[in-house]
Amino acid sequence: MDLVLTEEQEMLKKMASDFLTDKFPKTVVKEIEETESGYSPEIWKEMAELGWMGLVFPEEYGGVDMSFLDLAMLLEEMGRACLPGPYFSTVMLGGLPILDAGSDKQKQEYLPGIASGKTIFTLALTEASARYDAAGVEAKATADMDGYILNGTKLFVPDAHIADYMLCVARTSDEAKPEDGITIFIVDAKSPGISCSLLKTIANDKLCEVVFDQVKVPKENILGEPDKGWAEVKKIVERAAAAKCCDMVGCLQEALDMTVAYAKERKQYDQPIGGFQVIQHYCVDMFTDVEGARLSAYQAAWMISEGLPCTQEVAIAKAWASFASPRVMALAHQIHGAIGCTIDHDLQYYTRRASADGVTFGDANFYREVVAREMGL
Amino acid sequence: MNFKFTDEQVKFRQEVRDFLEGEIKQGLWQPTCDAWIMAHDPEFTRRVSAKGWIGLTWPKEYGGQGRSFIDRLILTEEMLRYGAPAACHWFADRQIGGAIVHYGTDEQKEEILPIIMKGEAYVGLGMSEPDAGSDLASLKTRATEDGDDFIIDGQKTWTSGGSNMNWIYLVARTDPEAPKARGISEFFFRTDLPGVSVSPIVDITGGVHFNEVFFDNVRIPKTCLIGEKNRGFYQILNQLDFERSGMERLMANYPLFEALIQYVKETKRNGKPLAEDPVVRSKIAQLKIELEVGRLYMYRVGVIMDEGRAPNWESSMSKAYGTAFEQRLATAAIEIAGLYGQLSPASRLTPMRGMAYHSYLSSKGYSLQAGSSEVLKNIIAGRKLELSAK
Repeated sequence: MDLVLTEEQEMLKKMASDFLTDKFPKTVVKEIEETESGYSPEIWKEMAELGWMGLVFPEEYGGVDMSFLDLAMLLEEMGRACLPGPYFSTVMLGGLPILDAGSDKQKQEYLPGIASGKTIFTLALTEASARYDAAGVEAKATADMDGYILNGTKLFVPDAHIADYMLCVARTSDEAKPEDGITIFIVDAKSPGISCSLLKTIANDKLCEVVFDQVKVPKENILGEPDKGWAEVKKIVERAAAAKCCDMVGCLQEALDMTVAYAKERKQYDQPIGGFQVIQHYCVDMFTDVEGARLSAYQAAWMISEGLPCTQEVAIAKAWASFASPRVMALAHQIHGAIGCTIDHDLQYYTRRASADGVTFGDANFYREVVAREMGL
Repeated sequence: MNFKFTDEQVKFRQEVRDFLEGEIKQGLWQPTCDAWIMAHDPEFTRRVSAKGWIGLTWPKEYGGQGRSFIDRLILTEEMLRYGAPAACHWFADRQIGGAIVHYGTDEQKEEILPIIMKGEAYVGLGMSEPDAGSDLASLKTRATEDGDDFIIDGQKTWTSGGSNMNWIYLVARTDPEAPKARGISEFFFRTDLPGVSVSPIVDITGGVHFNEVFFDNVRIPKTCLIGEKNRGFYQILNQLDFERSGMERLMANYPLFEALIQYVKETKRNGKPLAEDPVVRSKIAQLKIELEVGRLYMYRVGVIMDEGRAPNWESSMSKAYGTAFEQRLATAAIEIAGLYGQLSPASRLTPMRGMAYHSYLSSKGYSLQAGSSEVLKNIIAGRKLELSAK
C-alpha cells in the first residue's frame, strides 16, 4: 500500500489548480451559470489544448494516454474550482464508454473530436422514475428497416442542450429481467424528433428533459451489443460514481479550507473563533468526513484504474461522499455564520453543488442497498 | 498510489487466519468482544510467541522480525476479527517494546525485549491518576532519586491490565520544581516489589480491566528509567501516537458485527428474515461502509509508520473515528435485537452470545481510554488545522 501521488499526478493537479483558479474566479462561475449554455467555449478550447478532454484516450485518438486515476485527480481540482460546463458529460459519460465499448470505427469517428474539444457528448439514462437501476429504463427503441426508432423521455440529462451527441439508453426488447433487452445508442443530438428543455436546478448545472419522438438511429450507432447494453451501463454508472466522488472531494476540501481560514480570521469575544474548542471540533469533524471521502474515493478510482472489480468499493465511496457532504456543508455554514448564507459569498457555490453531487449517480440509500447485496444480505 | 496488499501480505493474512481458525476448531477459546484487553490466556500468548508474532516490527538485531507496520496491522486485525484472547501480551507488544527499541539502553534491549517476545511480560499501563486524566502532565506520583535507585510514591488509576500484570509501565514526576510537562519520566519494572498494591475497579459490564495501583515507598533501580530523565512527557506523546494507532480502536467489538450479520439472516420477524427488512439492511450496510472507511484511516496510519514517520494527527483521527464507530455498532445491534437486546449474556435467551449487551456497555470506555475523543480532536485541530486558543 502507498498513498502517495506520483510526481506526474502532483504536476497535473498543480497545473489544473493554477489554470482553474486563474480562469474561474467565482465572478466568472456566476456569469457562466447565468448563461443558457452553461459553459465558456473559449476556455473549453483552452482546456482541450491542455489535453484534458483526451486525458485517458490513447494517442491514436488524439489523447495523452494517462490513467483513470490521473483523470480522477483532475476531477478533484475541477470540483474544487466549481468548474461549470460539460467536461464530466463529455469525457466521463461519452468518451470513456465509447473507448470502453465502441467498435474501432466508432472510436475513430468520435474520440478525436472529443479530444480536440470539438464534440460535446452526454448520457441520456435516467427517466421520470429517477432511478439508476435497469427497471428505470422505459424509453423504447423499435427496430426499423435500416435502424431503430427511439421514443421516450429522459430526465436529468446533463448538458443535453449543447451536446452534439448523446448516448441514449433504451429498451429494445421486453424480457422477464429488467436488465435484459437494453441497448445503448449513439444519437446525433440534432436529429429530428429530439426536443430539449432546461430544468431549473439547485446547482444551476444545466440538466435537461429530453424528449425523443420517433427519432431515427442507424443500426451502426449501437454501442456494444444490442439487448445486452445494461452491463456497460452499469460500468458507466459505477465509473461515473467514482469520478463524482473525486469531484466531491475537491468541493468538500475547498469548503473545509475556506471554513478553517475563516475561523482563524473571524474574531468574536476578542479572539479568533478558531480558538474556541467547539469550533475546532466542528472543523475536525468536517476534516474527518473529508478525509474519509478522499481515502474511499481514491481507493475506488485506483481500483477502476487498475481494472479491478470494485462494486463494493465504489458503493462505499459514493455512499460516504453522499451522506458526509451535507454534514460538512452544514458545519461550514454554521462556522461561517450569517455571511455564508449570502448570495455574494463563495461558500454557496459549494453548498449547491454538494447537494446535487450527493444524488447524482446514486445517493447514499441507493449505495447502502448495493453494499447490503454485496454483503450477501 | 496503491491500495493493494502485496502477495506476501495476503499470504501472511491467510497464515494468521489459518492459525486462529485452527485454534477455534480445537476448542481452545471462543471469539469474544474486547478479548485483546479482557481475555488473558498465557497459553495462547505462548503459541503466538512461538509463531514469532510478538515483536513483529522490531529490528532483527534485537530478535524481532523486522517486518512492516502494515504486516502488524494485518496480524492485529485478524486477532481482533477472531476475537482472540491476546490480552497477556498486547500492551507489551504494542507499546512497550517499541518504546524500548526507540529510547532504551542496550542493556534494556537485551534484558527486556526477549521477555516481551516470549510473551512473559504482562504489562499494566500506569498513566492516569485521580487528578490527572486528559491533563496527564499534572500527574503527582513521585519518583525520587536515592543513590542508584528511584523511590516511587503515589497512586495510579484506570491502570489497564493492572490485576494481571507482572510488569508496569509507569510515568512519574522526577522534577517537582520544573514546569509540569518537563519534570516527568518513564519507567518500566517488575511489580513483585514491596510497596506495590493493586485494587481492581469493576466496570459497567461487571468485568475487571481497570485498576487502582498504589506505590508506597517502592524502590526500583535507576536502570528502570526509559530514555531521558525529565523528557518522559515528550517521549509519551510519541508513544501515544502508537497506542492510538491500532486496529483495536476500530475492531475491539468486531465479533459483534459478524454475530449481528448472522443474527439478521437467521432471525425472523413477521415471517420474514430481518435481513429482508429495508431498515435493517440499511443500518447494517451503513455499519459496513463506516467500518471499511475506518480500515482506510487505520491502514493510512500503517503506511505512514512504514515511511518512517510518527503517526501524528492521523492516529488521533483514526482513533476518534474508530471508537465512535464501535459505539454506533453496539447501539445498532441493541436496536435491531429490540426487546432481546436488553438480555444479559447470562440469560438463556440472549441473542448474539450476549455481545450486543456487553459491547453497548464496554464501548462507552473506548472513547475515553488512550486519549478522549475531545483531546484527540484538540490534537488534530492544533497539529494539522493549526487552530489554537489565543
